Amino acid sequence: MKKAKYFTEPEDSTLLYHEECRDKKTREPKLAPEPEKDRFEIIGQSTPRIDGKRIVTGRAPYTHDIKLRGMLCGKILRSPHACADIVSMDLSKARNLPGVQAALQLKEGRVRYVGEQVAAVAAKDEKTAEDALKLIEVQYKSLPFAVTVEKAMEEGAPQVYADRDRRNVPTKPFNDYSRGDIGKGLNEADIIIERTYKTAVEIHHPAETHGSVARWEGDRLTVWDSTQAIFGVRDGLAYWLKVPASRIKVIKKYMGGGFGSKLGINDYTVAAALLAREAKKPVKIILSREENSLCVGNRPSSLQTIRGGVKKDGTLTALYLKNYTSGGIGRGDRCAEPIIDVYTCPNLKVEEYTVYTNTGASRPTRAPGHVQGTFALEGFLDELANELNMNPLELRKKNYSTKNRGNTGIPYSSKGLDKCYEQGARKIGWKKRNKKPGQGNGKLRRGVGMASQIWWGVGRPPTLADVKLHRDGSVEAVCGTQDLGTGTRTYMATITAETLGLKPEEITVKLGSTEYPWCGSSGGSTTTPSVAPAVRDAALKAADHLKNMAADKLESKPEEVRIGKGKFFKRSTPSKSIPFKELLGELRRETVFHGECGGRPSDYAYNTFSAHFAEVEVDTETGQIKVLRVVAAHESGRIINTQTAESQVIGGVTQGISTALFEERVVDNTTGNVVNRNWRDYKIVTSLDMPEIVPVFVDSIDPHINILGTKGLGEPPRIPISGAIANAVYNAIGVHIREIPMTPDKVLEALKPKEVRENE
Amino acid sequence: MAKPKKKKNRTFTRRDFLKGFGGGAIGAAVTPSLLAQDKSALQTQEGKIPLFTKKQIALTVNEKKFTLIVESGETLLHVLRERLNLTGTKKTCGRGECGGCTVLLNGKPVYSCMYLAVRADNKNITTIEGLAADGKLHPVQQAFIDKDAYQCGFCTPGFIVSSVALLNTNPNPSQEDIKKALSGNLCRCGSYVKIYDAVSAASKSTRRP
Repeated sequence: MKKAKYFTEPEDSTLLYHEECRDKKTREPKLAPEPEKDRFEIIGQSTPRIDGKRIVTGRAPYTHDIKLRGMLCGKILRSPHACADIVSMDLSKARNLPGVQAALQLKEGRVRYVGEQVAAVAAKDEKTAEDALKLIEVQYKSLPFAVTVEKAMEEGAPQVYADRDRRNVPTKPFNDYSRGDIGKGLNEADIIIERTYKTAVEIHHPAETHGSVARWEGDRLTVWDSTQAIFGVRDGLAYWLKVPASRIKVIKKYMGGGFGSKLGINDYTVAAALLAREAKKPVKIILSREENSLCVGNRPSSLQTIRGGVKKDGTLTALYLKNYTSGGIGRGDRCAEPIIDVYTCPNLKVEEYTVYTNTGASRPTRAPGHVQGTFALEGFLDELANELNMNPLELRKKNYSTKNRGNTGIPYSSKGLDKCYEQGARKIGWKKRNKKPGQGNGKLRRGVGMASQIWWGVGRPPTLADVKLHRDGSVEAVCGTQDLGTGTRTYMATITAETLGLKPEEITVKLGSTEYPWCGSSGGSTTTPSVAPAVRDAALKAADHLKNMAADKLESKPEEVRIGKGKFFKRSTPSKSIPFKELLGELRRETVFHGECGGRPSDYAYNTFSAHFAEVEVDTETGQIKVLRVVAAHESGRIINTQTAESQVIGGVTQGISTALFEERVVDNTTGNVVNRNWRDYKIVTSLDMPEIVPVFVDSIDPHINILGTKGLGEPPRIPISGAIANAVYNAIGVHIREIPMTPDKVLEALKPKEVRENE
Repeated sequence: MAKPKKKKNRTFTRRDFLKGFGGGAIGAAVTPSLLAQDKSALQTQEGKIPLFTKKQIALTVNEKKFTLIVESGETLLHVLRERLNLTGTKKTCGRGECGGCTVLLNGKPVYSCMYLAVRADNKNITTIEGLAADGKLHPVQQAFIDKDAYQCGFCTPGFIVSSVALLNTNPNPSQEDIKKALSGNLCRCGSYVKIYDAVSAASKSTRRP
């Protein structure tokens, strides 16, 4: 395909993401897993972050904080039209404004959403750059548009794309899966119901808005980028700038959140590099909160209809999902994975269609598709349970699977979901829920609900890491990965320290630069199962080398040598030892050991699981939902650092509460605008909305996945919580809210027919 | 559930902000003391109220004194980050919605993105960089590390400063007090409940017997 003149975002980033999360390309395992948990002293414990002091003193350098000599401020001009053709563009007035040092056209032809990048300037300061944007003269021919799904689906609606095979609703589903015989399955059912669920478009809104700094030194480019994927950004820049990857360095030391919106090369990063080249000075582009609302991704909406059948004993016989999902000018989300995979169901059919609208393109949003799909599936199961007059948890247990694809595929490498059910139910007090949804009286109603989760969370086998030993006794752990605030730095230190008998604070961790060994993007819950085994592998090699050296000194065999508390000693005579530092002094030079994340057997399915339990109180007069307590029981293999893992779970639950109750991007069909472009109008959860959150990790070490038996944890806690809250609300008031966010108006609307019924 | 009355006293829309401060700035500009301070910036024309574009201010930041000329529309946040290089204070929303830029101004927490630098004249400011004394972390900072009360860490400086302000006025806060005091700070990673733990732990460690 011919390369476009100007940057174009890949349309199907979320689908690519799913492919990457799934990562089918496994190889034979390099090392046998080491499941012996008790042998570890630091791994599996609670270790404070090694970079905590930098963070709490405000000295951690984020991309926003980068300041270079002579640095200019770059600003982007964005389309005010939801659909228009650019007739002409004149940059001369902007260029002539004193203080402006570069101006660029970045788009020609059609713009398809409000906020699409069309031009950029670089000036001595922010104010001059903003003034310069106003001097850029763009003539548009505005065209009809459709920004809402409803409008885009109407007959005769303005089409987002001109090509025939890409209508607003393509006739061919992008996800078309079936197994068994859906007709036969429905025939076998004693009860059949059909329900429709709706989820809103969400915006990632990381605390640190997107931004890049670009600096050229001759033909070499250095970019500081707020990104989850330093190597992806490097390769993207190489492609768009036609500069060899070997001459580009991308750095990301600290980042203020991404949640999937910073997983690849961005148009403004390319713009920063182009402006810097023209101005011959470094250029910094930081997007505003408003820009974050428009053009750096969103979670696609969904409109999911499930038709399903069940036998009287609770056996699922058939599930049929039809989904219309919209990711603006990008693709919708694949929401069907949970329904395809997690419960035993022999007959299943799935059809998913994208709906294109004139809004910014979607990007993976922490657990893309799974958040929406789980909300629908888990709500549907509770409604089935009610029809059956069955305990909702029993219904799930009844259809428990040990193999993927609804018990029709290959076995899971480990699946601790049953333990999650058991421990979660006990901790929330499952017995205290209403036996009949909505029973009881009074204006405040309480209820308990739950939902199950599945996600991937495997590592990427080619991930590399180094452990470097210095002659002065110091040790480095190095990997070109990213710490998004998930604790990557800290576990790189813990694992190295554990393996070499040191303390975590004695390890110098280096990450966040493309000059370090390769690692993939930090997304899809892949970072820990990629980086942890690679670091462990490198550290084990270093330990072996040192044990050989120590064996000579201790007049022992290498296999007899033990490491611990900064010393090497003989197992049989621990009193005789060599200090770690002294032994490293014997190295001829600094020595690097290369580690790799090994492959894994391809005859297992590798997934993560959890069950969330929520207790809520619903005010039936105001329609307000208050989440009182959440128990989040997770199986993600071995937990390396309980403290950061708990933070991860609490964070996922908190964001999920926000999804369930507050978050929705609102667009206006008259102007084509996003209406809520800031944090006042786009509601996110605050400290006043928080319940108690109890994270639980069920004891489980995956025996196949990697040498540490660890799986990912990034996405999982984000997935089941909105379904669990919806089910708790159902348990409290007896009507199911089939739409998130569950704002008070929807609760009151849902209560209305019941009132009418009761009055009759 | 609608958002409870969040940040009622501290949130302004851009519109409110301009209405309030535009007038205030003009008012201040005609006072004789200001004219005396920076005559060059003000060209008084007969029959017209002069608008100043620049003004010299003196402020104390983290116990260091600074004198600098600021523009009329320049925010305290801009001065701290871009001119004094104190980048611990973050610009997260730029319009008083999230508290990422919170600093102490004469001991009280303010959103520095909504506070014009000219108003900070002769004021005493403490930023996140100024909380640790003699290399020893403030108890709130230490508690944030101990309780892992952050993830990406971007909102953390704002939360810590707000928490310090709370403990300065209420050394023994209840969970509800903490929630309310921190309701003007947003954390997108979702560390609120860990932050309560940290503030609670810090209050215990600073409490006098």
